Formats: sequence, structure tokens, C-alpha cells
Amino acid sequence: MIRPLIVIRHVPQIDFMRWHLFGFAFSILLGVVSIGLFLTIGLNYGIDFKGGTLIEAKTQGPADLAAMRAKLDALHIGEASLQGFGAPDEVLIRLPEQPGGDAGQMKAVELARQTLGEGIVYRRVEVVGPSVGAELVRAGALATVLALVAILVYIWFRFEWQFGVGATISTIHDVVTTIGLFAIFRLEFNLTTLAAILTVAGYSINDTVVIYDRVREAMRKYRTMPMYELINLALNETLSRTILTVSTVALAVLSLLFFGGEVLKGFSIAMLWGIVIGTYSSLFIAAPIIHYIQPNRRAITREPAGGDKEPIPPPSPPNRPTGARS
Amino acid sequence: MLYFAQWKVLLICGICALGVLFSLPNLFTPAQLSWLPSSLPHRQVNLGLDLRGGSYLLLEVDVAAAQTEQLNSIVDNVRDALRTAKIGYTDLNVQNNAIVFKISDPARIEDARAALSKIDQSLTVDIAPDGSGKMQFTAQATEARRSQAVEQSIEIIRRRIDETGTKEPTIQQQGQDRIIVELPGIDDPERVKALLGKTAKLTFQLVDTTASVDDARHGKMPPGDEVLPAEDRAARSGQPPFYLVKRRVMVGGDTLVDAQATFQNNEPVVSFRFDSAGAKRFGDATRDNVGKPFAIVLDNKVISAPVIKEPILGGSGIISGSFTVQSASDLALLLRAGALPAPITILEERTVGPDLGADSIHAGAVASIVGVVLVVVFMFLFYGLFGLFADIALMFNLCLMLGALSLLGATLTLPGIAGIALTMGMAVDANVLIYERIREEMRSGRTMLSSLEAGFTRAFGTILDSHVTTLVAGILLYWLGSGPVKGFAVTLSIGVLTSLFSAILVTRLEIVSWLRRWKPREIPL
Repeated sequence: MIRPLIVIRHVPQIDFMRWHLFGFAFSILLGVVSIGLFLTIGLNYGIDFKGGTLIEAKTQGPADLAAMRAKLDALHIGEASLQGFGAPDEVLIRLPEQPGGDAGQMKAVELARQTLGEGIVYRRVEVVGPSVGAELVRAGALATVLALVAILVYIWFRFEWQFGVGATISTIHDVVTTIGLFAIFRLEFNLTTLAAILTVAGYSINDTVVIYDRVREAMRKYRTMPMYELINLALNETLSRTILTVSTVALAVLSLLFFGGEVLKGFSIAMLWGIVIGTYSSLFIAAPIIHYIQPNRRAITREPAGGDKEPIPPPSPPNRPTGARS
Repeated sequence: MLYFAQWKVLLICGICALGVLFSLPNLFTPAQLSWLPSSLPHRQVNLGLDLRGGSYLLLEVDVAAAQTEQLNSIVDNVRDALRTAKIGYTDLNVQNNAIVFKISDPARIEDARAALSKIDQSLTVDIAPDGSGKMQFTAQATEARRSQAVEQSIEIIRRRIDETGTKEPTIQQQGQDRIIVELPGIDDPERVKALLGKTAKLTFQLVDTTASVDDARHGKMPPGDEVLPAEDRAARSGQPPFYLVKRRVMVGGDTLVDAQATFQNNEPVVSFRFDSAGAKRFGDATRDNVGKPFAIVLDNKVISAPVIKEPILGGSGIISGSFTVQSASDLALLLRAGALPAPITILEERTVGPDLGADSIHAGAVASIVGVVLVVVFMFLFYGLFGLFADIALMFNLCLMLGALSLLGATLTLPGIAGIALTMGMAVDANVLIYERIREEMRSGRTMLSSLEAGFTRAFGTILDSHVTTLVAGILLYWLGSGPVKGFAVTLSIGVLTSLFSAILVTRLEIVSWLRRWKPREIPL
């Protein structure tokens, strides 16, 4: 019979709750810094939101950035930004939004292409006019808020409202700190990044749901256990599951980050951070919050425990050895 | 746990088989596909423009401009109607989508209202007691005109693009007044953009030789005249930069039935032919004005202004100007396709060259394969035989996803590939939840079968919760997103649904079959 090579055999006995105040302090700091950065230096918006032009060009031989910059500057179409991109013969050119509305943008691209001349392969050209940019900002903000609201309504519907509050706070925490990450490292924030953030919002709630499920179940099983220990128990019981599920998704995202090419880089970074911070916030934010706003235990214990009729014995002492078994 | 209704087994196997069958065409090239018997599915996943290369253009029809133009043409009727009824008026012009005027004698407001109401049923006439009046299209008429303008624009754009020989273009309306144009595989979007950006309204107007252009430009405009600039190219070749022409249009481009680029004295020119009505009007106009110049005006710019040497009665003619071969054939194309009912602005362009597309496919495929392999190995390391069960279910999941994408004709984009890789990682989440639960139940001293049973049933609620939240994000993304992001939303949402099926039902069927076949005494977890 094929047995697993690696087995986490015992339930750990980590006192997560002991660290929860550090967790709160750290997260509040992270959140405040993120919001502060967002409000002061803001995000490095890509052309999806800001409008403007992005050209990915491949030159013959190594790209002479200075010469290309000089040519573009002579056109007086605003400050062009050029940077190497992947290979030495690849250049990413960004032109700022042009005056003259939507038609102005197209004119500038045409000019730039004429000036840079022959011998350049245009791998990618993206032009977003001011009206579309403004709409995408609106739609993006709306979608983020709606996604949060929809997910939370679902949680409130499935759990008691106290769990809903906890899930709300930890999900907002994950989204806010992901935005903070993009602000501090000046990573380009575009539509694909936004897609990653919404996915993070949908995914990071998974761990929280699993842990809350377990907390609720434990509340029914051990009616007199203090909340502090009960939360610790739930976190420890679900820890191996939490680590394993995060690992499989992280593996998929890491392979996207390393092999998926430049276009998916921002997406992968946002996803990776979101997965990590989402796990952290489930353990150190979402779960401890339940300690402070305790759901009504009597109401919960009245419900049947998962349709289970047999009495469940208390958890066996977790002293068995860890490690591989042949 | 052991009991699995026969029909359920058949259903699960059937769905998996269909998934494999519908995903298979993606392994072949189109040429190979044509060898397969026609009873097998042939649909492949549609590749988005970011993977196959091509241009995406978002256009906006300037509906307000079209309406202003229509109002301008009605102003003449208003003038005639008021004159015929001998009603004095001042300040007649078009402002803010309305014709405005002022009736000099308030006593005649009712007469004016009666006269003006007859002009067009779709216009409302409001005249205040002080005599200031306003004529507007009714909301219904505005709406009808808007949708008509957009529909016509789509038709004309389709004709223009077809003329350029682009294969499989997609042209569709988006929202109220926008048009999405997708052009797979084109390498020079600038030419198409130039073609789409032109209204291509062609008119023939007489040049007014009785007054000087300079006087007219400085305030002494003869009545019924207008000053038009020469087209850029023409201006460069030594023609005057401005022309004074009569507003009255001799013949419009709408009466053209054909236009071709050709050569005359080794110069590229455009030859054209009128329909019978146009030919008659053109013949009459040229007969009456022999020896005078007339302007060939395209989009309010003068291409050239030849002198009429003799009446042109045959209904065909030639437009000469400083054309290149390309610009002559472009003009001929525009004239054949017809004028747009309203100006068009390009709001957004996304072009991906074919080699970047190929690179993206490669990168996406490598990333997905590496991701899947890592996940498969990981599951095997941590769950042994049950990990293999999960891996087999994962393969079926992949087939189901590709099959569903092919069957729905959904478009696969680079973020869409990312969505596939991501759902592969998320799909085994459900397996992890179930297996961890089984372990726990075993630890708490349950029997093998009851642990398995409890593992599946207890984990189900949690799995459902986590899938629903991801699905919510996916649906919102689909609704918000455009192009590539939509592709991500599609694969994410489909992947969530198929993984729910594969991770729970397929894995369960595998485990039950294993139990029945091998009758093991313990679970290798």
C-alpha cells in the first residue's frame, strides 16, 4: 500500500492566542502604513487606470535607450519613460496621457512609431484614453467593494454575525495590505493586479471559513471550555490543513511568478502576498477577534453538531511522534 | 460509504469521459483535426488576442455630433417655414442639441408654433411668451437616432475592415454608443486605425471665385459660403491652404456606387462612378458651371479643386490630388464602404504582436505544467495513495475545464492561463480538507469506513463555503473586466465549479472502487 512519505501525525500545541495582541498591533501598524502610503505617495497606476500609452518594443541588437529617449523627447509628447524589459533588446516605453482627449493619445502613438523608425518590432502597444481610464477606476473600486460585501453577506448568512465581523476585518486587512505592498514597492497597479486582489479577497476567506467552522464545532462539543483555549484548539486542529492548502496554491503561484513571463509578474506577486497575508490574518486576526466578540454559545450549542449522532470522544493527547513512517 | 448508486457511477464516469472527449481536440493542430471523423468534437479553445496576436480597439460613436449635424440640416427648413409664414425671427442657430431662435413679434408665437410643428414629427417645439423658442428631438427620436447611428457605424466599419482583407474580425456594440473591434493577426493597426478614424464624408462643392479667401477669413464671409482648409498632403504640394466654397453641396458621396484606385499620367488617382440620380445632378451642375473650379471635399478638407472643362455627363469621374498608391487605394476603399453617420473616436487600443503572443503561450504553458507537476508531487508526498487519487481527479478536472472552455467557445487569455494554474492549486484544497478530516476522525478512534464517511460529509460544508466565496469574486471580475481579465474570470469560475465536482465526487468514487476491489483493512493516511 502506498503510504504518504511525509506525515504530520500529531496535533500541535501552539498557544496562538498568546501572540494575538502582537498580531493585532502588527496588523494595525501594517494597515495604517498601507493606508498612509496609499493616501500620500499613492499607487503606481498602470495605463489601465491612468490613461496613456505603453509600448513594448524589440530592437535589432541591444537597445540604445538614450538615443530612443532623445528621439522621443524631441517630439514634445511629455516625459517618456523607457526601461529595459527582460532581454537586452527589449524596451518598455511609457508615454504619459496626452492633452486633447482620446484622439490626442492616438496621435502621440502614431508620432512615436514614426519617429522610432524602421527595424523595431512592436510586441505590444496599449493605449488607454482618459475616458476609459476613469471608467476603469470607477468599475475597479466598485467591483472591489461589491466583492467584499458579497463575500461577507455570504459569511453572515452561513455563520453568526460575530464571525461575519471577524471575516470582514481580516479580509479588509488582506486587501488593504496588498495595496500597501504595491504602494511601497512602486509595483505597477493595473487591471490584472486588481483581478489578483479580488481573487485574494475570495481566496483568503477560505482559511478563515475553515477555522470558524472548527471554532463553531468545538463550541458545540466542549460546552464549558473557555473561549481562549477553544480558539487555540481550533487553530491547532486545522493547522496542518491550513499549511497544506496554502502550500499547494503557493506552488501554483510560484510557478506563475517564475515561468509565467513579465506580463503576469504583478498578478503573481499580488496573489502570493495575498495568500501569505491571508493565512496570517486567519490565524492571528480573524480567530482572536472571536475571543472579543463572542457568539452566543447557547444559541450555537442548540444546533445539531454537523448531523453527527454519536458522542465524540475528547481529542486524544497529542503526544505521538512526528515524522515519516515507512 | 461503500454504497454508490449505479446511476451516479455512470453519471460521474460519463461526465469525465465527456470532459476528456471535448478537451482532446486541443491537442491537435487544425490540420490534424480535419482528419478526425466528423462525429468527434472539433472545437478548440479560442485564443484571445493577447495569445494569438492582434488588435483590440474600443471606439466611441460621437452621437451628439451626428445629432448636431441633423439639426443643422433642419435649420434651413425652419428658416423657410418662418419666411413662408412671414414671421419675423432673430438668432436662429443650433445650441446644445437644440435649434434656438427668437420670434420678434410675441403676437405671432402661435402661428410660429403651428408652422414649425409641421417640419418634423420627431421635433418638439417650445416657445416661451417672450418669443424665445427651442426645437429638440423627442427622447424617443434621440434614442432611435442614436441606435441607428451606432448600427450604421458598425455596418460601415465592417465593410471597411473587410476591404482591408483582415480575417475573422469581431465587431460588436458595447453599451450605448461604443463599438469593440477585434482584429486577430494584423501587423499594422495604424492603417486600420487611420481608416476607422475617418468619417469619409465626400462632397462636391463649387468654389466661390467672386470673393477673396482672405477677406472671408477675416469676417467678410459672403452669405452661403464657407472657408475650408486644404487637406494636409495637398497643402504641402503648393496648393492654397484655404478655399472659399459654396455651402450648397452639388453632389454628395452617398450617391457613389463604385470607387477604384487607378493611374492617370502615371499619378495615382481615384476613379468613381455615380448612381443615376447622382450622375444627373453632377451632369447638371457641371453643365451650368463650365470654366469654374469645384472643390472635392473629404471630411471638410479640400482634396483638390479642378476646373470644369466640359460637362461631365457620363456619371463617372476622377479625383486627382497628391496621392500615393496607398492613400489612393485607402480613399477608394473608404468611398466604396461609405461614410460614417457620425465621427468616431478611438478610446482604447491594445495590440499584441504575434511573437509576444507565442511567447506568452509558451510561458503560460510552462508555468501551468510546472505548477501542476509540483502540486501532483506534493499531494503524493503528503497523502500517498490518496494523494494519487486526488491527482487523478485533478487530471480529470483539467480535462473538464478545457472541455468546458472549448464547448462554451470561451476565450482563453494569458490571465486565463494563470486562472487555470491557480485553480489547479486550489482544486486540491478540497482533497486536503477531506483527507485531514479523515485523519482526525481516525485519530479520534472511529472505524475506517466511518472515518471516510465522516471525512467526506463533514468537510463538504467547508468546501462549499470556500468555493462560493471564490466564485463570487470570479463573477464580479467577469462583470467588471474587459478582454484579458474577463478570460481570467471565466477560467477561475469554471475551474471552481469543475473542481467541486472532481475533488468531491470523482475522488470519492475512486476511493469507493478501491475499497471494493482491494478490501483493505486500514487507510493509508
